Amino acid sequence: MGAAAIRVVHSTRSSRIGVAGFALLFVMLAAAPFWAERSDLRLLVEIFTYVALASLWNLLAGYAGLVSVGQQAYVGLGAYILFGLAIFAGINPVWTIPIAGLISAVIAIPVAFLIFRLRGHYFAIGTWVVAEVFRLLAAQIGPLGGGSGISLPVATVTAIAETRQMREFLIYWIALALLVVILGLIVMLLRSRYGLALTAIRDNETAALSNGVNVTRTKLVVYVITAAGTAMIGALIFLQKLRISPDVAFSVNEWTAFVIFIVVIGGVGRLEGPIIGTIVFFLLRETLADLGALYLLMLGIVAIGVMLKAPKGIWGYVADRFGWELFPLARRVERRDGPPP
Amino acid sequence: MASILTLDGISKRFGAIVIANDVDLAVKKGEALGIIGPNGAGKTTLFGVITGTVPPDSGCVTFDGRDVTRLPPDQRCRMGIARSFQIPQPFGGMTVFENLVVAAAFGQGRSEHDVYAQSHDILERCGLAAKANRPASSLTLLDRKRLELARALATAPQLLLLDEVAGGLTEHECEALVDLIRDIRKTGITIVWIEHIVHALLAVIDRLVVLHGGAFIAQGDPQEVIRSPQVNEIYMGIPADA
Repeated sequence: MGAAAIRVVHSTRSSRIGVAGFALLFVMLAAAPFWAERSDLRLLVEIFTYVALASLWNLLAGYAGLVSVGQQAYVGLGAYILFGLAIFAGINPVWTIPIAGLISAVIAIPVAFLIFRLRGHYFAIGTWVVAEVFRLLAAQIGPLGGGSGISLPVATVTAIAETRQMREFLIYWIALALLVVILGLIVMLLRSRYGLALTAIRDNETAALSNGVNVTRTKLVVYVITAAGTAMIGALIFLQKLRISPDVAFSVNEWTAFVIFIVVIGGVGRLEGPIIGTIVFFLLRETLADLGALYLLMLGIVAIGVMLKAPKGIWGYVADRFGWELFPLARRVERRDGPPP
Repeated sequence: MASILTLDGISKRFGAIVIANDVDLAVKKGEALGIIGPNGAGKTTLFGVITGTVPPDSGCVTFDGRDVTRLPPDQRCRMGIARSFQIPQPFGGMTVFENLVVAAAFGQGRSEHDVYAQSHDILERCGLAAKANRPASSLTLLDRKRLELARALATAPQLLLLDEVAGGLTEHECEALVDLIRDIRKTGITIVWIEHIVHALLAVIDRLVVLHGGAFIAQGDPQEVIRSPQVNEIYMGIPADA
């Protein structure tokens, strides 16, 4: 068999269907301001931000094995950077979103050097401690309202868009665009050399190391990228809320516990998992949220049920059973001179 | 001929258990060296010391004229040290072909596209080409062992460390594996092979060492070592001075 006799393809039949489906969905969602109610748009923004947060956490924990329970550190950091730059520097809040990503990436580097010294459970606890330190520091910033928080000034809010409706449309489109960019970048990352290394690390860290993969550097890159993405989403979430306080911005419950729930039930270590998980999460929330504490109990029962029946999550179960993949991430060998082997 | 690998005074203990006690070893370029010894003798730990997953308490590892004692495993792999694990460690969620691409791209520090053809060739040599698109987790034990070997080869090693690749295979499978390892040897790759299946080992190696209690108790010509009183004592319980 000569060297020229093979070629490698990324897409499969299911991924072609998947990509076509996503493209159609994107067109429909992009036009949502013309067909959806205002409350629906707000809900969709929330769904987009959760898909993005969950996809980023999945990259971090599911692929790189960095099980962080402190990603709220970057949600809050991004949000505080937006409020700080908008209020003190007078920058249009929309433009502070990419800046929040950049600054958070820079801050994530020294944080990584600190917490990468910890392994397993200690790493998880360490990330939480970092998030708490961030929260306490944010509460010390008097001009941003200290512990009780602050709202975006009216002048700043009107600078985003002239009418309330236009502002909401704009935030909706930014959320959709940011989600598409984040998912697109994750697909590109996973298809690149880093993706090969990351998937190997996901499956077997010892073997990856023994096959020449620089595991620490790969993890560092992923940590910094997810910090930047999480911070941009954090900034967007609080741009929609228009109000920030340390307890909400650095909430472990809102920005990490729910996100972990989503990824675990959807399927950890697979790109489709967070999307499926978010849909399930919002279905449960929209139907059960009136039940109060009982709702959280139900979430717990669903999580335990999925972990017992399908430990790889809903998408893990489907993918194992039918071999489906919605994103073109495969590297399949095909022979040029005949049918695929 | 020059040594490609030398161990100088390697010692390692886990708590009170001495795994390696002042071990010296020199492996010549192109040589095929066998290591035998009872379970718990420290054979696999020795591979860990050579590849960098187990830091020795004292002593020094030299590879290709360079002190590598403090280098991490991935860097040693890129220098040309490859190993297969006793318990196969496939990337289960990836296909067989993707497993090879990881080893080839990172083990040689080359771009992914440059190693596609080569990865596929190695799969053919190891009899895995027909299963290239299967998930590695679906392979049988024999194929998992072949994949270990294929992945180690894909890193383009100068030194190949084999950890009980023949264990658990049928007689027929074992013969096929021995043929494959012989072929690998012909390409000039230095081999160090830990094995309990002694006849498989003897079909390939030209020197044998016996590790027992963290030290080499016999070494030299394989046939002579196998018949030596020390080996009879530890394997058969026949006292060496009987």
